[in-house]
Amino acid sequence: MQKRASAPPSRGSILTDPKIRGWVFQVLAVLTVAGFGWYLFQNTQTNLAQRGITSGFAFLNNTAGFGILQSLIEYTETDTYARVFVIGLLNTLLVSFLGIVFATILGFIIGIARLSPNWLISRLAAVYIEIFRNIPPLLQIFFWYFAVLRAMPSPRQSIVFFDTVFLNIRGLYLPAPSATGAYPAFIASVVIAVIVCIVISRWARALREATGQPFPVLVTCISLLVAMPAFTIVVFGNPFVWTLPELRGFNFVGGMAIIPELVALTFALTLYTAAFIAENVRSGIQAVSHGQTEAARSLGLRPGHTLRLVIIPQALRVIIPPLTSQYLNLAKNSSLAAAIGYPDLVSLFAGTVLNQTGQAIETIAITMSVYLAISLSISMIMNWYNKRIALVER
Amino acid sequence: MSTHTFKPDLQPPVMSVGVLGWLRANLFSNWFNTLLTLLAIYLIWIVVPPILRWVILDADWSGSTRADCTSGGACWVFIKVRFAQFMYGFYPAELRWRVDLTVLLAIVGAAPLFIRAMPGKLRYGLLFLLAYPLLAYWLLHGGFFGLAEVQTSQWGGLMLTLVIAVVGIGGAMPLGVLLALGRRSDMPAIRVICVTFIEFWRGVPLITVLFMSSVMLPLFLPEHVTIDKLLRALLAVMLFEAAYIAEVVRGGLQAIPKGQYEAAAAMGLGYWRSMGLVILPQALKLVIPGIVNTFIALFKDTSLVIIIGLFDLFNSIHQATVDPAWLGFATEGYVFAAAVFWIFCFGMSRYSMRLERRLHTGHKR
Repeated sequence: MQKRASAPPSRGSILTDPKIRGWVFQVLAVLTVAGFGWYLFQNTQTNLAQRGITSGFAFLNNTAGFGILQSLIEYTETDTYARVFVIGLLNTLLVSFLGIVFATILGFIIGIARLSPNWLISRLAAVYIEIFRNIPPLLQIFFWYFAVLRAMPSPRQSIVFFDTVFLNIRGLYLPAPSATGAYPAFIASVVIAVIVCIVISRWARALREATGQPFPVLVTCISLLVAMPAFTIVVFGNPFVWTLPELRGFNFVGGMAIIPELVALTFALTLYTAAFIAENVRSGIQAVSHGQTEAARSLGLRPGHTLRLVIIPQALRVIIPPLTSQYLNLAKNSSLAAAIGYPDLVSLFAGTVLNQTGQAIETIAITMSVYLAISLSISMIMNWYNKRIALVER
Repeated sequence: MSTHTFKPDLQPPVMSVGVLGWLRANLFSNWFNTLLTLLAIYLIWIVVPPILRWVILDADWSGSTRADCTSGGACWVFIKVRFAQFMYGFYPAELRWRVDLTVLLAIVGAAPLFIRAMPGKLRYGLLFLLAYPLLAYWLLHGGFFGLAEVQTSQWGGLMLTLVIAVVGIGGAMPLGVLLALGRRSDMPAIRVICVTFIEFWRGVPLITVLFMSSVMLPLFLPEHVTIDKLLRALLAVMLFEAAYIAEVVRGGLQAIPKGQYEAAAAMGLGYWRSMGLVILPQALKLVIPGIVNTFIALFKDTSLVIIIGLFDLFNSIHQATVDPAWLGFATEGYVFAAAVFWIFCFGMSRYSMRLERRLHTGHKR
């Protein structure tokens, strides 16, 4: 931006005064945009009147009357469109969440593998990255859905993993946990263990900063986290009962059933995004100059400490901004669900509801504002976080 | 006086040079690395041979119906029979030379731009950018100057994919540059308009934009105006990509040192001339790799037009896989589609990396 230090005194004609010209341009621009908006608005009004569509959000209270493949909350065909919206939103959030978790894990593994001194491993990681990031995500979704999952055998010939997980054309069947009487005690013990760990790590940090004495936080915490829940299991009994899916007649009963659309979508989004995350991780780690490692070693830090206290904090500073934009991309790509009929926000709301009600403007506006809200809030959080961890230059 | 003779140098240890040394340093340097190597070899062993067998060794290459696919491997006959449709869609067979000619002209016309030391490159480039779109429209669509008209509903296949991608980026470039300039403007009203525009399009998925263009655009326009389905998709893609281009170009503008702006002002250049003659030529050169990356993303995103029922490469292939005469060859279809997309995207990403290396030499400090 070239800011003029002080506005020059206006000399000559009004036409050449930069200040006045700036105002004229701005007014013109605002008028053009407003006029264009008004023109569109007028056209829309006429068109809507001609087609006999009443605009407004009253349709949200009408009965939907169609079934939904997967819903995280109770739903019957007599529920309203507003509830359909909530279900779509929850399904979108579900697939985004699953995708983000798996893609982060896979992406970090592959990104680190890419930097491995082992030639074969780093080549394999490179091949993975180049293959998966150069194929459109929609194609990957279609591949997993139509070519792989639609070609699965019928429930009777299911593919079985470890006698507990079943994969067939109807979806993926997993054992489902259900709580028993010992469940509250178990949860309480886990929560207490976590709190104790946080307190210990705070105290250890204060101790280290005050006296330089190290304290084995990691070992203590892991043993606490294992021992306390184990103790409650011994005392109170098993907190979960696992119900296994069972073949009855032509289909499976019990356990947790995951529809093939969700499996395909999660798989494709994970594999696609992991390739990008891996590249971010690699460049982030490479951005920490080798001098940092050498400096840490010459201070006498052990390799593990060098990694944890010197390399990773600096690498994260580089990795996190692009990582967030990958998360955003994944959330936006989850809208590709519409193409295979997974009941996400776009396919339910901008698809089915729009077709049933004809309320094009309202449904699309709602759908877009949801994505906009997600994007803007994530980028706001990221900007705040970025400022917090940004290098303080002296 | 006897001359001193040196003993010949000792050979380095066998285990540290040559193939063995390389193996030891890169694959078996310690027990963990050895374990990883064995794991990787095992992984390759279970993945690669079956794929190779399916793709090449057991595949069927000759024939013309599905009955010719008997060996159990991939049935490339399917791709062979439908190849023309995958490339041209429903473009009339006797007019397909026009598509070929358009592509050929693009390659021949753009080739001089890649020669580094060509004189008058700028003038030639501008001329090409102005003349080629008109020529391409005339060749592809026709309807005047003696060429028969081919409706856009008959366009399809790889040709349509390329049309959407190229027109999309071509239309998005000028708009994106303007938006980037607007975002860095001194005038608050203009800045607000540009930021709103950019953040809006960047915040929503392309699929909702396509939905919007196909159902809302007809509502926005005066009643007697009907707008072609392809044009609607193109408009959506352009607006969407313009926001991304704007952010890429803004990166370039920010990288130009302030001294350049001040120098341009000191020369007495006004806003447009200082931008056009001093700032943008440097900024755009810096962001070419970023623009290529945006183009790759756009190229992959063109596959979304399946949602609004356009028959691009991917949709043509998808439709062919659900054709009853060729049921059960979905994998072959998708693998072929993936291969085509991959070749384009990989090629472009390599090109952008090379450019990055070449262009950044002068700017490193």
